[in-house]
Amino acid sequence: MASGLLDNGAMATPPLKYKPNPKAPRQVLPVLNAQVRASSAEEVAQGFTAEQVSVEAQRCLQCAKPTCVDACPLHLDIKRFIQRLAEGEYQPAHDVISEQSPFPGVCGRVCQHELFCEDACIVGKKWDPVAIGSLERFAADHARLRMQELATSYPKPTGPKVALVGSGPASLIAAYDLVRWNYRVTIFEALHKLGGVLAYGIPNFRLPREILHEEISRLQNMGVEFEVDFIVGKTASLEELFEEGYAAIFVGTGAGLPYLMGIPGENLVGVYTANEFLTRINLMESFKFPDMPTPVRVGAHTVIVGGGNSAMDAARWAKRMGSQTTVLYRRGRAELKARLEEIEHAEEEGIHFEFLAAPVALFGDEAGTVKELECIRMELGEPDESGRRSPVPVKGSEYRIPVDTVVAAIGQAPNPTLQKATPQLITKRGKVVIDDHGETSMARVYAGGDVVRGGSTVILAMKDGRAAAQSIHAAISADLAAAEVKQ
Amino acid sequence: MSNLILAKRQLAPEVTLLEVEAPRIQRRWKPGMFIIIRPNSNSERIPLTIVDSSAARQSITMVIQAIGKTTKEAVALEPGESLCDLVGPLGEAATMTTGQKVVCMAGGVGVAELLPVAKAFREAGNHVTALCGARSDNYRILNDELIAAVDELKWATDDGSFGFKGNVVQMLLSLAGPGTFAEGHVIGPIPMMKAAAEATRDWGMKLHASLNPVMIDGTGMCGGCRVTVGQQVKFACVDGPEFDAHLVDFDELTRRNRAYREMEQQVQAHQCRIGLDVL
Ligand SMILES: Cc1cc2nc3c(=O)[nH]c(=O)nc-3n(C[C@H](O)[C@H](O)[C@H](O)COP(=O)(O)OP(=O)(O)OC[C@H]3O[C@@H](n4cnc5c(N)ncnc54)[C@H](O)[C@@H]3O)c2cc1C
Ligand SMILES: Cc1cc2nc3c(=O)[nH]c(=O)nc-3n(C[C@H](O)[C@H](O)[C@H](O)COP(=O)(O)OP(=O)(O)OC[C@H]3O[C@@H](n4cnc5c(N)ncnc54)[C@H](O)[C@@H]3O)c2cc1C
Ligand code: SF4
Ligand code: SF4
Ligand code: FES
Repeated sequence: MASGLLDNGAMATPPLKYKPNPKAPRQVLPVLNAQVRASSAEEVAQGFTAEQVSVEAQRCLQCAKPTCVDACPLHLDIKRFIQRLAEGEYQPAHDVISEQSPFPGVCGRVCQHELFCEDACIVGKKWDPVAIGSLERFAADHARLRMQELATSYPKPTGPKVALVGSGPASLIAAYDLVRWNYRVTIFEALHKLGGVLAYGIPNFRLPREILHEEISRLQNMGVEFEVDFIVGKTASLEELFEEGYAAIFVGTGAGLPYLMGIPGENLVGVYTANEFLTRINLMESFKFPDMPTPVRVGAHTVIVGGGNSAMDAARWAKRMGSQTTVLYRRGRAELKARLEEIEHAEEEGIHFEFLAAPVALFGDEAGTVKELECIRMELGEPDESGRRSPVPVKGSEYRIPVDTVVAAIGQAPNPTLQKATPQLITKRGKVVIDDHGETSMARVYAGGDVVRGGSTVILAMKDGRAAAQSIHAAISADLAAAEVKQ
Repeated sequence: MSNLILAKRQLAPEVTLLEVEAPRIQRRWKPGMFIIIRPNSNSERIPLTIVDSSAARQSITMVIQAIGKTTKEAVALEPGESLCDLVGPLGEAATMTTGQKVVCMAGGVGVAELLPVAKAFREAGNHVTALCGARSDNYRILNDELIAAVDELKWATDDGSFGFKGNVVQMLLSLAGPGTFAEGHVIGPIPMMKAAAEATRDWGMKLHASLNPVMIDGTGMCGGCRVTVGQQVKFACVDGPEFDAHLVDFDELTRRNRAYREMEQQVQAHQCRIGLDVL
């Protein structure tokens, strides 16, 4: 296929020659100096330079059987977009990605690529795998700067109406697929901003909001409608949406219900769930307080309880807001569940990790403000169902540390609002149950992402959204065909 | 344009009624439920009770006491302008009973929040006594609406300028005791709700309190609104806002609601400075 550069004829310099060189060292993503970022909301990872892209892209072997493509849950044509990048054809590289995903800026930053594409990369068998995520990000950022996409105009969709509930990654990718199949798609979002966890959970310094907004506004360009401040199950029921002419509904409401620690003193002032802490800071922008009106309490000493992405994000915000910050985790470093990059960044930023310790109780002053955290030492015992060795408390090892702010980042369960309003929707331990087609116990109601999986990842939520879009397309097409036969 | 302000009326010093176009919420709300608004695009999210609605005008009504930055921003809007965000209806409907003697108690702006609940109790076939409190005569709100909605309305004012001299709970103790009422509902400042719970603890009546903890999302996602009720932690935005008054830990609620007091004052001071800069 001719490359896109022929189309616009603007590229004067001939393409670079592709010379695979997997032995070149894997390029390291430039990052903002740790001192600077300790007091800044600016993005930490700065993205490859053009020189780095040239080296990194040529580390790819252009495999005949690219295992990376199968391993990417969205099946991005990694091989092809890397080839374009290596040849210096950045916009065409972005066009290749667009065949599968409009979110390279998001995925290139937050996808756990070490578990997917990069884990499967052939080069990784002998050397470090190709830095696919960072290359994807480069293609996105380059296209973004050129704003080419935003100038494109699309025909208005005219097909059947489909409703997507929640504006997280699961719904967003489903919208992309459905609108390209000519469906009239509406995304209903409970909050006043779009993106789900990408907007309220993941910090600006990992995912700048302009990137998120631009990639979402691309969907808007394509004709996807968005209704914010709309809680399905409250503002309108699923049944009402069907009455309003939606032919199918996708439930991508995420896992927003925070688990509590269940220890004495949890309701003291200064004790937050990660969701509240991050929502105040990311969604309500309390890092700009008092220019923005929503406050957040970050005292001199902050302890974050947990070891996942939420814990790292909360810790890194607390540090940026001037607090001495400790992550308290009941297992060891190897068991941390956050993205490796975030753990390393947290360490560089001077966040202290206290492993093999768990919270037991919180103590406050007379005003009810938290002052001390009692912890207990843990040791690793027998492996549990997840195969990880489960932590066991060491008797008599309790100790106390001073705290002003405590953040419980110990996981979330599916958001129950819609399920509560729709008792016929079958759930198992809070998670919506789906069949092989992503369909729930209600006909023409599909679900995916964290509401089905519990806490998971952006890319698996997208995988589910894409699968559901396919099922919806198949089901509606079959309905339409049957109706035609009848006539 | 949605969220359009259709009407605005000053009810008392610092207390303003806004009627806002909200067809979907108007269709689905029930007494006791609330909404969350953001008056402007950089405002905080604040919860407000739904006080009334009109099917003909596809609208809901809220009554706002302007006590801080966001409530002041809300009441500064004029008919023809729109709220930036309006989401709901949130929370569960107020608990109802039927064929009982019911007392409905409120103070301050709580009187407006009480109105739809008192009306609903009456419509459900109860005999409703409303005990309402205000600082003084000119702070009394929605008197005519209450008279139309309940069987008996009594006012208490702090300075005695109208009705009973004293607060609502003192008035309750002056006219009722064990057995007078089978059920009650209370809404207003925390000290008042706590006093009402204490006063009726041994009366053998149920008392429902509509709580007002600090909220953000209002959908059960943040846990900021958590309250302790009978040793159990509840999220007021989804499990409430109404709970058994005799089981609520009001002291904890008081402490949690004070969490941001200094910062709220800082915002207001900051706001004044911004105002001065512009001048
Ligand atoms: C702090 C944090 C950091 C993370 N970091 C990473 C990371 O770096 N990499 C990674 O891969 N994964 C990460 N994750 C996990 C990842 O974000 C989630 O797995 C993913 O966002 C799930 O997508 P979703 O579409 O299922 O739902 P969500 O992103 O949770 O979105 C659901 C949306 O639905 C809305 N909603 C809920 N109920 C209703 C309703 N009734 N009506 C209308 N709208 C409703 C919610 O308001 C929300 O906006 C992180 C998670 C958290 C919490
Ligand atoms: C379910 C519910 C229903 C309510 N109904 C009404 C009503 O009908 N009319 C009315 O005038 N008020 C009502 N309130 C109270 C109203 O939400 C607060 O007065 C408002 O949030 C204050 O915001 P502010 O910025 O103007 O003042 P601030 O200066 O920010 O705060 C003043 C005080 O208001 C409380 N408060 C602050 N932020 C919030 C918040 N996000 N959520 C809840 N409380 C907060 C705190 O106790 C604080 O000390 C209700 C509260 C709840 C929880
Ligand atoms: S979306 Fe994720 S798995 Fe797919 S190529 Fe990008 S980083 Fe890899
Ligand atoms: S598996 Fe690795 S080397 Fe092979 S095509 Fe994919 S990225 Fe290139
Ligand atoms: S306001 Fe966030 S859970 Fe209730």
